[in-house]
Amino acid sequence: MSMLKINDLRAYYGQVQALHGLEFALTEGTVTTLLGANGAGKTTTLRAICNMIRSTGNIEFEGKKLGGMSTESIVRLGIAHVPQGRGTFTNMTVEENLQLGAITRPDKKQIASDIERMYDHFPRLKQRYTQQAGTLSGGEQQMLAVARALMLRPRLMLLDEPSFGLAPLIVRDLFGILGKINREDKVTILVVEQNAQLALELAQQAHVIETGRIVMSGTAAEIKNNEDIRKSYLGY
Amino acid sequence: MELFTNQVLAGIATGAIYACMALAVVMIYQAIDHLNFAQGEMAMFSTFIAYQLMQWGLSFWPAFILTLVISFIGGIVLERVLFKPLTNAPVLVHVAGFIALFAILNSVAGLTWDFTIKQFPSPFGSSGFLGSQLISTHQAGMVGVTLVLLALLYIFFRFTRVGLAMRAAASLPESARLVGINTSWMIALGWGMASAIGAIAGMLIAPVVFLEPNMMGGILLYGFAAAVLGGLTSPLGAVVGGFLVGIFENLVGTYIPGIGNELKLPIALALIIVVLVIKPSGLFGRKIVQRV
Repeated sequence: MSMLKINDLRAYYGQVQALHGLEFALTEGTVTTLLGANGAGKTTTLRAICNMIRSTGNIEFEGKKLGGMSTESIVRLGIAHVPQGRGTFTNMTVEENLQLGAITRPDKKQIASDIERMYDHFPRLKQRYTQQAGTLSGGEQQMLAVARALMLRPRLMLLDEPSFGLAPLIVRDLFGILGKINREDKVTILVVEQNAQLALELAQQAHVIETGRIVMSGTAAEIKNNEDIRKSYLGY
Repeated sequence: MELFTNQVLAGIATGAIYACMALAVVMIYQAIDHLNFAQGEMAMFSTFIAYQLMQWGLSFWPAFILTLVISFIGGIVLERVLFKPLTNAPVLVHVAGFIALFAILNSVAGLTWDFTIKQFPSPFGSSGFLGSQLISTHQAGMVGVTLVLLALLYIFFRFTRVGLAMRAAASLPESARLVGINTSWMIALGWGMASAIGAIAGMLIAPVVFLEPNMMGGILLYGFAAAVLGGLTSPLGAVVGGFLVGIFENLVGTYIPGIGNELKLPIALALIIVVLVIKPSGLFGRKIVQRV
C-alpha cells in the first residue's frame, strides 16, 4: 500500500522549471532514498511535497491530496521535514527546539516522555538541553533537527542530506539511529542524499534523479549492483 | 540633592509611559521586522474608545478591560485587512501603509471626537504617593502597571506554547512552518498584543497629557528612542530603555542650561542617533551566538 503517491510533479523557481513530471510512490514502513547529482531536483522534490515551492501535479498522502494545502497543514498531517541546513532555532535552547517539534500536539504528558526518549536516542542532546542550539556542533545540530522532527510523531519523515558537513563517524551514528527509528517507531522515511553508498545501505527502495526526471528506480540492491548506474550517476 | 531625586523620580514616572510604548513597538518589530509608525495613533484611538465607553456610563475598570479587548481584536483586524496583503511587499510599501494608517486614525479621531483637549480620569488618583511630594499615586501606578505588564509578557514568551510558537515564527518563519506553526496568524496575534499594550500606554498617559488626537506624537518618538536604546528585540530592553530615556530627559532638561522643556524632544532624536552609531543592537539586543 503506498503511503505517498506522486504523479506528474512539475516545480518552478520563478520562470525556471526544476522538476519535469516526476513520478514515484513510497511504501508504508520503508526507507526510500532519492539519489542524484547537485541540481538534479532532489531538494526541490522534498520542498514540493511540503508545498514550499510553486508546483503542479498530484501529490497524495494516505489518500489525501496535498495540492493547495499550506505547509503547516501538511506538516500537521504527520509529515516531518528536516530541511537542508537543518532549520535549527539557533537562538533557543535545545529543549525549546524539541518543544517546538511537538507544538501542534495536544497531549502534553506524552510530549514530556517523548523528550526523554529523544535524550535516549541522542544522549549528547541531554547534556546540552539548556544550551542555545546555535552553540551545538554540526553533528549535534543535525541530531537535534532529527529529534525535533520526531517530536511531531510523524508518519513520514523527509530528510534533506542529513550527512552534509558531518564527520564520517557521526554520519554512521546518525544513520544507525535513522534505521532504528524506521524499525521501532514505524516511521516511513524519504531521504535525499549525495552520499549514495551510505543511503543505499539504509534504504530498501531507491530512485535516481537527473535534471528533474527519474531515470532509474528499483530496490536498493538493484541500484547498488547496477554497474552503469553506479558509474554514471552515483560516482563511486 | 532633593532636586536630583525629584527629577529622577519624575523621570521614572514619565519613563513608564515610554516603556509601555516601547513594549508595543518591540512587539510588532518582533513579529514583522518593521517599526510601526502608527503605533502612537493606534494607542490614541484606543484611549478615545475608552473615553467614549466612559461617556456612555461605564466606570473606569470595565471600560479599561473592554478597551483592551476591542484594541486586541482591532489590531488583528488591521493586520488581516491592511498588512497581510503586503506580506511580501518591499519595506517602503510598509512604511507608506503605516503612514496612511497614522493619518487615517488621526483624522477619524479628530472627526469623531474633535480636537479640543479632554480630561481623562486616573484610576490611581493624583494625591502624593505614600505621603511623598515627589511622585503621585498615578505615576506610581503607571510604574507598577508597566512592571506587571513586563512580567506577564516574560511569562507568556518563556512558559507558554503560544509564546514559544510566536518566538519561533519571528526568528525563523520557514522552520516554524515546518513544525506546523501557522506563522501568518502569529503575526496577527503580535499585532493584537501590540495594539492592546499600546492601549494600556494610552490610557495611562491620557490623565497626564490630556486626551486629544495629537497626544501621542512626541511620546511615540520617545518610545522609539527607548526601544532602540534597549534593543529592538528585547521586551526587557524596551522597559529599561523607557525608564532610562525618561530619567535622562529630565536630568538633561534640569541641569544643562538652555535646554529646558522646549528642547527635550530633540534629545530623544539625538539619543536614537547616538545609540545607532555606537551600539546598534541596543543595551539588551539579541546577540546571536553561533559556532562555525
